Amino acid sequence: MLKLDAVAAGYGTFQALFGTTLDVNAGEAVGVIGPNGAGKTTLMRVISGMIRPWSGAISMEGVDVLAEAPHRIIELGIAHVPENRRLFPRLTVEGNLRMGAFTPSARAKFAHRLEFVFDLFPRMKERRNQLAGTLSGGEQQMCAIGRALMSDPKLLLLDEPSAGLAPVVVQQVFELVQRIRSGGLTVLIVEQNVQQVLRVVDRAYLLEAGNIRASGASAELLASDTIKQAYLGV
Amino acid sequence: MNARNLLLGIVAAALIALPFVYRQPYHLHVMVLILIWSFAYTSWSVMGRFGLVSLGHGGFMGVGAYVTALLWNHLGVSPWIGIPLALLAAGALALVVAYPCFRFRIIGHYFALVTLALSGIVLQVITATRDQTGGSLGYTPERTKGSLLVALQFDDKETWYLIALAVWAAGLVIWYWVDRSMMRYAMEAISEDEDAAAAAGINVTAEKLKITLLSAVMTALAGALYCQYQMFISPDTVSGISVSLQMVFAAVVGGIYVALGPTVGAIITIMLAEGLRIGFGTQAVGWDNLIYGVLLVLFIIFLPKGILGSLLERMRAPGKS
Amino acid sequence: MFEFFDVYLLEAVISGILLGGVLALIALGLNLIFGVIDVVWICYAELIMIGMYGLYYFYSVYGLPMWIAAPACIALVAVLGLLLHYIVIQPLLDAAPINQLLATGGVLFFLQSFATVAFGIDFRNLGIRLPVLAIGEMHFSFARLLAFLAALAGMVVIYLFMTRTYIGTAIRAISQDRQIMVLMGVDTKRLYLVTSALGGALAGLAACLLVLQYDVHPFVGLSFGPITFLIVVLGGLGNFIGGFVAAFVFAEIISLGGLYSDLEWGYVLAFAFFILMMFARPQGLLARRS
Repeated sequence: MLKLDAVAAGYGTFQALFGTTLDVNAGEAVGVIGPNGAGKTTLMRVISGMIRPWSGAISMEGVDVLAEAPHRIIELGIAHVPENRRLFPRLTVEGNLRMGAFTPSARAKFAHRLEFVFDLFPRMKERRNQLAGTLSGGEQQMCAIGRALMSDPKLLLLDEPSAGLAPVVVQQVFELVQRIRSGGLTVLIVEQNVQQVLRVVDRAYLLEAGNIRASGASAELLASDTIKQAYLGV
Repeated sequence: MNARNLLLGIVAAALIALPFVYRQPYHLHVMVLILIWSFAYTSWSVMGRFGLVSLGHGGFMGVGAYVTALLWNHLGVSPWIGIPLALLAAGALALVVAYPCFRFRIIGHYFALVTLALSGIVLQVITATRDQTGGSLGYTPERTKGSLLVALQFDDKETWYLIALAVWAAGLVIWYWVDRSMMRYAMEAISEDEDAAAAAGINVTAEKLKITLLSAVMTALAGALYCQYQMFISPDTVSGISVSLQMVFAAVVGGIYVALGPTVGAIITIMLAEGLRIGFGTQAVGWDNLIYGVLLVLFIIFLPKGILGSLLERMRAPGKS
Repeated sequence: MFEFFDVYLLEAVISGILLGGVLALIALGLNLIFGVIDVVWICYAELIMIGMYGLYYFYSVYGLPMWIAAPACIALVAVLGLLLHYIVIQPLLDAAPINQLLATGGVLFFLQSFATVAFGIDFRNLGIRLPVLAIGEMHFSFARLLAFLAALAGMVVIYLFMTRTYIGTAIRAISQDRQIMVLMGVDTKRLYLVTSALGGALAGLAACLLVLQYDVHPFVGLSFGPITFLIVVLGGLGNFIGGFVAAFVFAEIISLGGLYSDLEWGYVLAFAFFILMMFARPQGLLARRS
């Protein structure tokens, strides 16, 4: 479904990704794990068009993503839940969800998608007229995921969904990811919480200093000595 | 270094000698105007180069011109005392407006808009006190017979040329003095990041006030000189938003990061205005500002460092485009 | 005590409210543009001036009926706003913010001199004499009341647009997080153009309302421009409600100041009030400034 081929990217003169190649198949959940500053967020931003890569190729279902204007990438079925959620704090929950359905194709299905999101997160229905900035951390994460789902994407990019949340809430977020997956959505998830994420995804890549160091099925990585020592603390 | 001093000496001597050799009154008149406005533009850039974009300098100039003229006409105070008082008044006005701005972090857009309003208000005050100031019709200091040092009135252009030259040179000296002082480093740090500058022990408010005060007082002096030279002032020529913008424009055109930038800006803008005035005759009303406006936009888009700034940059870094 | 609360005072208070409506409309336009594009059009009052000439020409010179002339005037200024953004602001989007502001200063020069060259420096008016309303001993010009109501109606339309439409929601959202707009599928360039046209249209509406009451000349923008900047700074740039409240506060000061002296002194009082307010509430009238 999504293919990255030798993508290099960065900010100004700082290079964050050095020729990253990865692919995500339809229906899969794929994780990208690695330490802080490894380039995980940059990877997500390059895919969704927040920044443009310096070189390399990205395709989504055979369509050249880089040939599209950045704001049209969402129309290819890619929705990105950014790091730190990035809700519009002074819009209501519904206003945020409305922004998620900004594209013409999504506007047409607004009522239907809203119902879908409210089914998934009944809490959001209760809070629909509350300002997003006043939600709790977990609720904000729900709202951010809901906003991304409003565009009826095929591929969901999740950037550190557990960051800054209480352990109980982290648990809930990962259960949520499970549920979204089981609905047939393809998920690419970036996480520092390695143990948790490897339980949810089918496969994962290990990204370090802008390079893919390892990849494999979750079970394989969970068993691998390098991962165990470096990230699982055992 | 010696060759440079020699060159400086030759240029200075040539500039001083000029009116004794070349006496064409109209050309001298244009040169006096260029020198006075160059000084005003230099005054603006003293603070403008640190990102303190004031659009209120038209107000300071107006205070300098009107206070001097009003004191002379109504109280018979000689400009030799009147000008210092006018500078004090402009300084006080600068402090009253700038202190709350700096104290409460009104920077960037906010500062530009507040000062813009200031120059608009000074114009309103001049218009409102029309019984004393002549309002929008303008104002003339009372003439003495012939040249009189006490009244700071001279009939000959040569004297005015020398006065304007001296003040202009003093403006450049101040520019260099600021450029070499600790104030410059403080101000540069502040314009980069106020919090970091404060953390490094710089008294942000005080430093900004100092430079603003200096700049405002210099600008007021330019206004007073302009008044004494032209013997006619009106709200539109020495105060208000358009004068403020004209200052910014000339400084930007010449280049605000180099000492002679504002002077180059004054030469270009005044020659342009005079050229259009002569070329179009009476039809020129408005045309010069029309071209001003278009040029300002073009300059900011294509040459944000100004003519002189861009030239110097190119000379220093040959090969690099 | 009763002597102080006389009928002239009440008249001035009500006049202030009527004036506040138009000022609030202008402040809304400036705030809209600042909120979305992060730039201040310091030539905003001059756009209004061109609009005033527009209505004068459409109505008085070409003899179009008002119901065509006024929308045409609004459309004209909307197009000007669009052009201003496209020609001047767009190339400067990545430049220092202050350069954008100065460039619009160049446009201010340009528009003033354009009007001088094209229309001359004579004062012009529509030549419509609207009746004066007498309520008890108080007198109000019908033009002012009409302007107030139309300004309110304009603001209600904008409010509905901002809350009920996708574009309006995006306009509110972009000032809260510019970078992620692309993830929502919003074409920021297009949103900027829409906002510029909308800001222009508001200036056009303000122009129609002002030219009903005042003569137009090339420098008319200077008489109300400064006060609108004070309003948006005090209200907090980009803060719609703050701008609305500040507009009425300033209008009252100008109106009451004008009661005891010339209108110009009302402006001076307003400026003095502004300086005082900066000491008292430096974070803006309704704080929300970063």
